[in-house]
Order: sequence, then structure tokens, then C-alpha cells
Amino acid sequence: MMADTAYEVIIGLEVHVQLQTQSKLFCRCSTRFGAPPNTQTCPVCIGLPGALPVMNEEAFRLALLTAVALECEIPSFTKWDRKNYYYPDLPKGYQISQFDLPMSCHGGLEISDAKGAFPDRRVRILRAHLEEDAGKSMHDEVAGKADSRIDLNRTGTPLLEIVTEPDMRSPQEAKGFLTELKLLLTYLGVSDCNMQEGSLRVDANVNLHVSTPGGVVATPIVEIKNMNSFRAVERALAYEAERQYQVWLETGRKKGDVPKQTRGWDDQAQVTRGQRHKEESSDYRYFPDPDLVPVRVTPAQIEEARQRLGELPAALRSRLQSDYGIDAYSADVLVNQGRLLVQYFEAVAQSTGDGKRASNWMQQDVMRSLNERSMVIGDFPVSAPALAELLSAVQRDEIDNTRAKDVFARMIDDRCSASDAMAALGIAKVDEAQTVELCREILRANPKAVADLKEGKQKAVGALIGQAKQRNANINPGRIKEIFLDLARSEQI
Amino acid sequence: MPLSSAEVEKVALLSRLLLGEEELRRMTAQLGDVVEYVRQLDELDTTAVEPMAHAAELSNVFAPDEVQPSLDRELALANAPKRDDECYRVPAVLGD
Amino acid sequence: MSLIKASATDLLGYLQSGQVSAVELLKQYLDRIETHDGSIHAYLDVAREAALERAESIDRRRSRGERLGALAGLPVAVKDVLCTAGWATTCGSRMLQNYCPPYDATVVRRLLDADAVLVGKTNMDEFAMGGSTENSAFGVTRNPWDLTRTPGGSSGGAAACVAAGMAPLSVGSDTGGSIRQPAAYCGVVGLKPSYGRVSRYGLVAFASSLDQVGPLAATAEDTALLLEVLAGHDPRDSTSAKVPVPDYLLASRQPLGALRIGLVREHFGAGLDSEVDAAVREAVDWFRDEGAEVKEISLPHSRYAISTYYIIAPSEASSNLARYDGVHYGYRTDERAMLGELQESRQRLLQEGDNAGAENLDGTLVRMYRKTRAEAFGPEVKRRIMLGTYALSAGYYDAYYLKALKVRRLIRQDFDAAFNEVDVIMGPTTPTPPFRLGEMIDDPLKMYLQDLYTVSANLTGICAMSLPCGQTGAGLPIGLQIHAPAFHEHRLLQAARAFQQGTDWHIRRPDLC
Repeated sequence: MMADTAYEVIIGLEVHVQLQTQSKLFCRCSTRFGAPPNTQTCPVCIGLPGALPVMNEEAFRLALLTAVALECEIPSFTKWDRKNYYYPDLPKGYQISQFDLPMSCHGGLEISDAKGAFPDRRVRILRAHLEEDAGKSMHDEVAGKADSRIDLNRTGTPLLEIVTEPDMRSPQEAKGFLTELKLLLTYLGVSDCNMQEGSLRVDANVNLHVSTPGGVVATPIVEIKNMNSFRAVERALAYEAERQYQVWLETGRKKGDVPKQTRGWDDQAQVTRGQRHKEESSDYRYFPDPDLVPVRVTPAQIEEARQRLGELPAALRSRLQSDYGIDAYSADVLVNQGRLLVQYFEAVAQSTGDGKRASNWMQQDVMRSLNERSMVIGDFPVSAPALAELLSAVQRDEIDNTRAKDVFARMIDDRCSASDAMAALGIAKVDEAQTVELCREILRANPKAVADLKEGKQKAVGALIGQAKQRNANINPGRIKEIFLDLARSEQI
Repeated sequence: MPLSSAEVEKVALLSRLLLGEEELRRMTAQLGDVVEYVRQLDELDTTAVEPMAHAAELSNVFAPDEVQPSLDRELALANAPKRDDECYRVPAVLGD
Repeated sequence: MSLIKASATDLLGYLQSGQVSAVELLKQYLDRIETHDGSIHAYLDVAREAALERAESIDRRRSRGERLGALAGLPVAVKDVLCTAGWATTCGSRMLQNYCPPYDATVVRRLLDADAVLVGKTNMDEFAMGGSTENSAFGVTRNPWDLTRTPGGSSGGAAACVAAGMAPLSVGSDTGGSIRQPAAYCGVVGLKPSYGRVSRYGLVAFASSLDQVGPLAATAEDTALLLEVLAGHDPRDSTSAKVPVPDYLLASRQPLGALRIGLVREHFGAGLDSEVDAAVREAVDWFRDEGAEVKEISLPHSRYAISTYYIIAPSEASSNLARYDGVHYGYRTDERAMLGELQESRQRLLQEGDNAGAENLDGTLVRMYRKTRAEAFGPEVKRRIMLGTYALSAGYYDAYYLKALKVRRLIRQDFDAAFNEVDVIMGPTTPTPPFRLGEMIDDPLKMYLQDLYTVSANLTGICAMSLPCGQTGAGLPIGLQIHAPAFHEHRLLQAARAFQQGTDWHIRRPDLC
């Protein structure tokens, strides 16, 4: 966005999240991703005549947990509605969803950016409701025929649709919201949020508030679809804002002048393109699904969900800062890695009593190693106690930081403890008397250096340390330096 | 006439039906009769009445989240009007 | 010995005592079907070989002394709206002409578990929409009492096969009277259970909040016997009730006691045929003579029942029938012809310079849906889909659908109030005796008004049954309808059985040449 533009971007998001249940929302077919086409279907999800839906209890439990975490109001009564439209991947001719009485509404999610890319903000949640997913239509290019192929494996997978208020003011904020939402959902364990597998899908509604001499004018709202990554969301929104501004300059069209438009993001061309749609397609004729009964939620059930939430990312960030004395940025980095990594960090920090050192090691060494190996913390070969053992050795000056990194690498390769890795590397604790004797020997052999040191030319000590490390790799260079200086000064050579 | 033929045509599209000229004329008249008749409900003041969508007013009917076997694919696709070994086939969905 | 006129409960006794085998019994029915179904056309399909095999296996198991189910060896006819695994289920529609379900409806499973012999699938109005069986895509069913007249509908085949002695027991479905009205027209017993009493899983939906599967038979006892097998909770149907199933046969045999009968003032008004009126009053007099207390009651909103029903049922139907789009199963239009037609229209419009018209033409997929549905649905189904789509569409929802849901509650409240005063409500099942085939085919509204007495039980979820209570001068059957509160089927059966102990209307059978 150009700094001199006289407009504000107004962004609202609609996020569809697949809930991590074993079976589908209204039948007991598996929700496993990647099965061969049409091998996870039954009369219910194919919509065969006579088949009837029965609600998955776990899906409702996960939805309730999420709604509570999003600080939503949970009405005591919610029901199922049919959204009627025709599409080949929607075998019943309607989608079971929630219309006028969703299971939750009016919540919010706090977002902030540790680097200050956008101001702290509470993005309000308009509603979050459960619905069933549709199947997949694939255009058959291989056969070269004008046919689409329909796979119904995904049909009926539970989705939570989360709709925000138009509270975001920049593409960065939208990305920030999605990042925070994804983190929350993974902390709750309600979804794996894998965008590649379609577990998390985002549509955006965007328009501009343009400052004009006559006051602020809102431009027509455009819905953007087909954004397959958070980065795509950010780029599509940035592109769309600029495009809408150009359209505004050319046409002066305001909100309400034209019907709501839908545009798709073309990730290759990095542009949004208008999607054709007919006016009648928006008459969904929602009505209560007579095959499903309503759900009543008691205050006790909501309280129970609240108890199950555990510590959520926002609370965790501030606690890590106060408990371990780390800065906001570090807390953010750690928390963003997920609950398991934070637990690992806390174990190391508590065991060593040095949060900052633990935090640095987590960010520099542990996370880098995980990345290099495409590994998650649960599979990491170095356990938290093992890392704590190593860091304690550093703390006690038994080993310097550089050497400790060698040890760490060895611990990963050999899946062993710090002491075993040190032994394997021949690192033993060096006796102080031995070190002093070694230093004397080196000084005796380097009278020129001794003379320089006496004159206060400290540079000379570097070469001496190098010689000492050659003789014994395990000695601590910091300690050695002190010994050299003391000896030279006292002339006790 | 409570319903115009244009309205009936619009409903036919929403219903994914296709009416010939004569059919449209007849349908407009017949639906018009029924719509006119059912408008008798307007006589009743129902402002304070709760709608009744179900004949038996149950709530909270759930099934446990346990996977059960799906249909064998061959059986699932057996009734498809057009198919291949794996999928249902329809004219291209692009552009619609 | 001819077993065709014996009751199912008697037949069960003969089977158990070995007086007759399941195969012998079945063969008598199959012969009967062979002889008479050509003119009546109650069946869409008779599973002769499969039924014989099954009857043989039941006989074998009986001879081995195995414990058998409650209907062991009894032939049962099933309305073609119930899914039967591997056996065509057409719903009387061209749409499902070749459709073969991969699963059994829960009630079908229950029948099989009870060792019934499924003899055939019975004819019906397409997707159970209609009251004459004239809306079947596969030909009308004729009334065994007068072949020029309708057997009623939509379970016309189900009622006609019992009346004609082509099955002792028959399973139908009732959304607005589709069991009771044909039962009345054919002179048999038909019971619409309380909503949730019988599983709907595998019942092809017409209007899900109104549909209910139920029994048809010659006598109240036979009806009780079959209902007990059909009824019960089903975890596959969220609207199925967890209410214990009583021993209906035993319950039906309890003495009548001090029954309080309500007669609905509004049900004896204009439009009621005088012969029907007289027969129903005479039946009520029989109960009075037996010691019942009869009082007049009012259901003030009953005059709105038809309107309410003909908004709610089509609305649900418009959505329930959306799945028939030619994609995953069922009929699909000829794609090549459809594409050619579209192409032709487009070229014509472009030649005429109507670019906008060409642009507005249906896309391929939309046209495929529309052609498929236009070709495979009959006129009544189309009317109801259109009506329901209209009632649910933007701008009309509140005035029609939502309004109807509210009036539905008022109707329910009327019944709740009435049942505070009486145990059962009695009246005519239909305003007239069976009408002539073709008589009403062009006047849908007139046809809908015939459902005046039956739709309320579906709207409210209570149970109701029809039983023969007289005949017109021309010898056509007349039905008495009895309503009871939800889950009081035993009360209906008890009253009906008492009536049949004291009268002989249920024993009369049409003369079939």
C-alpha cells in the first residue's frame, strides 16, 4: 500500500476449519485425508434416498471448545438448517448448516505483532457455526473430455465456519489474525489447520473507506476466494485494495451501487479475477432440517468446556515473559511453535534456572535443528532434561558455548545424553592446576608475548589462547585468558 | 392471478425444472389456485406463536465418534448414470 | 384349504402348528397375485423366486426346531418407497426406475429379522405424492371393489393387495393420510403411527417431519402384530423415539373399558358425503352402545390444516427431492441431445441478434439438471416441488413456510386440549367414498381438499388409524378414523379390535372374478 493513499482497507474473514474427528459430521465414514476417491462414503454422505443424518457428538464438543476459546456467547438452543443449492459435489442438493441460530456468536480474538507490523487489536467474531463439507469436483484433463469427476470422500466432514466482523485494516492484520487463529486451534487440538489438505480455508470480504472532500466513502464489497496460503491471503488483499482504489478512481462506484462481487485469487498471475455468478444462485431457501433435532447447551456444559481449554497462546505469552524473564518477541516465537515446544522450553528453563539461556538455545539451536530435519519437537532426539544437562555444564563454565554446540550436534546424532556426548568428544572437565601449569609452559616458551603483556598489549594473549586450545581442546578460553593475564602480571612464570 | 408466469419461471429455475409453454401456463394457474387457497392462513394472528418444525420435539441426539466401514466403492458407484472406475462423472462444472 | 381369507394371526397359528408350510401359504398368495394383479396392479414387482427360497428356508428352520421371528413365514408386501438392498426401489418414479439401493430400510431389516417373507413391492403415487395412485409412473392401481375407481393413495398398492387377498400384511407410509385414506377406500385397516414410533431410515423421504411408516392389514389384530415388528427406536434416525414398544397384540385384546370418544364438530360439516356421514355415526353409536361416552369437541384450527399441510409438506419435499439431479444415481437426460439443444438455442438467439438471451441461457450443468428432472418427474411431483420452492424462497418464507409452522402449533394445541377431555377422537377418514379414476387428475386443489381429515395427525405427530365401518349403497367401503395421543397406538388398536369383535365390516371382501 502506498503511504499517500487516502483510503483505509476494511477486511472481514470467513474461515472454514475442518474439525479433527475420526468420523464425519452426520455419518460414521472416516474423515482420513488422501484415501482413493469414493472409498469413504455411505448411503448418508452420498445422500442416497432414505438415508438419514445423525450428529457426531465429538464434532459438537470440539466446536463448543473453540467457541468458548473465541470468547463467544453460546446460546442455550441451536438447530440445523438446510442450505439448498445444486452442485455435483453436494449430493443431497442441500448442505446441512446453521442459519439463524448458530451454536455461537459475538466473540473475539486479540491479535498483535511483536515487530509492530500492525497495532494491537481485538478482531470481533460475528459467529461460528458447524456445517458439513462438500465433496470434490475434479476436471479431467488427462482424458481430454469435457467431464468433471466427483469424489465424495470429503462430503460430510465437519467444518466450523468462523466469520469475523470487518475489523481488520491491512493485509498484514488479516494474516496476523489467521496466524493467531491457527495457533489457537492447534493449541485446542480441534484442527490440524493444514491448508494444503484443505483443513483450513479462507475467504475474505474487502472494501475501502476512501477519504474524499465530501467525507469518507465506502466502495463496493468484494468477496475473494481461492487463497491457498496465508501469504496468498496477504498478497490477494494487497492486490485487491489497490485494484479497488483504481476502480474507485475510474468509476466512483460506492457500496450498494453494484451487487456483491466474487473474485478468485490467481496465485500464478498474482491477480484477482471476477467469477461469474447468477443472481438466483443466492436464494438458498434455508429452513430447519426436519431430519435433525436441535441441540440444547447447558451452562454446565459451557463451564466444562472452559475447564478443558488449558492455557491459551495469549496468556501463555505473557506468563513466559514474567516467569522466565524473556522478552515479548522471544515469548511470541516460542508460543508460535506450539504447546509441546513451550513445554520443552519450560522444562529446560526450570531445570537450569536460566530462562534467557534456554530461550536462546530454543530459538537458535533447537528450532534450527528441527527445521533442518523437518521434525517436530515430539520426535526430537534431545530430550528437555538432556538439553538442561548441557546448558548447566555451560553455566558452570565446564564447557564453553562454542564447544557446547558441538556437543549438542553429537547428542542429536547419537541420541545420547550430554555427558555421553562430551565423553565421546573427549571433553572432560579440566583440572585448574593442570591449566595453570599449561599456561606457565606456554608463557615460558613465549617471552616476547610476556613482555608485550607486561606493557599492557593485551592483543598478544590471543595467540597464546590458540596454542593452549591446540594442546587441550577442552579448556575454557575465557578462564585461560584470565590465567595468562594474572601470571604475566605477577611474573610467576 | 396470485402468481405471474414470470414468477413461476423463476421458481422453475430455482427448482431445476424446465417447463414447456403449455406446462408453464397450466402450472401458473394450478399453483395460483393453491397459493390463493393457502393464503387463508393470513386470517390468523400468530405473532406470539412459536413455530413447530418437528412433529416430535426432541433434542440432543448424538452418535459417538466411531468410524464404521464405508460402502464398497463399486457398490457406491453402482447406480451412477455415468462413472469411471473411481468417480461419478458429470459434464464439466467449469463455467457454471 | 384356501387361506386367503384367514387373518394373519390365524395364519401364524397354522404355520406354527404345521397345518400349513410357509411355501404352501406363499404359493396361494402368488397364485392369487397371478390371477388378479393383472387387473388391479397393486404390485410393481413380485419377488417370486426369492420369496419361495426364503419360505423354504423358514420351513427348514422350523422343521429343525429353530426359534423363529414373530412373523415367521407370513408373506408381507412392502410399499416401493422402502429401500430393499439389491432389490429395485422406484418410489413409483421414472427417476428411480433402475435404482437399486445398497442397503435395507430399518423396517425392512426388522421384517427380515422377524422372518417375514417379502413377497413384492407395491405401487404408489410417485414419491408418495397423491391420493389415488394415478401419479405412479408405472400405471395406476385399481380398487378391488370397483376397478373403475381409485384404491386411494399414495399407498394404493399396499391397501389394494390386502383387500384383494394378495398379501395378508402390508407396509405403507403416511405423510398426510397415505395409509389411512387407501385403507378406507379399500376396506382394510391402516395405521399411521405416532411420529418417531417407527424408524424412517430407508424410507425415501417425501416430507421428513410428517412421514411415518405403518402397517395395513385386514384386521386390528393383524395390524397390531405387524406394528409391533415395525416399531421401536433406531439410532440411525435422529427423530426416532426412545419409547418402549408394548405388546400391541396383547394390548389390542384388552376389554374396551370406559372409553371417552370425541366427535369433531368441524369434521361433520359441508363436503361430507351423506353415506359416509351415516356409516361413521352408526359406528360411533356402536361404541356408545358398548358403554363409551361420546361428546362433541371442537378443533378450531382444523379448517387451516390443509393449508398448513400443503405449505409444509411441499417445502420439505422441494428440498428432499433436490438430490434427484442425475449425478450420483437415478435417471439422467441424454447428454448429447441436451447439448445439441443448448447449442441450437444459442445459435438461434445469436442469429436473431439476442446476445443477452444467448448469454442468459442455462449452463450445461444447469440444463442437465433441468432436463433430467423435467423428464423424470411427473406433474404432481413437479407441482409440489415448485410450490415448496416458492414457499421457501426469499420474500415468501415468512408469509408461507414460517406462518404454516406457527399454525401447525395451533393445530397441535387444539389436539392437546381435546385429549384432556377424551381418550380418542373419531370421525370419517375421507369425505367421500373412492372416486373414479381420472375424476380429479386435472384439479390438484380439489384433490388436496380430500385430505381434510387425515393431515392433522401428521402435522401434530399423533397416531391415527382407519378401519372399515360400512359400505355405500353401491358397495364401496367406508372408513372410520380414530385418533389417539402420541404413543397411544394400543388405544387405537383396542378400540378397533373391540369394534371388529362386534361387527363384520372387516370380513367383507370384494368379489373378484
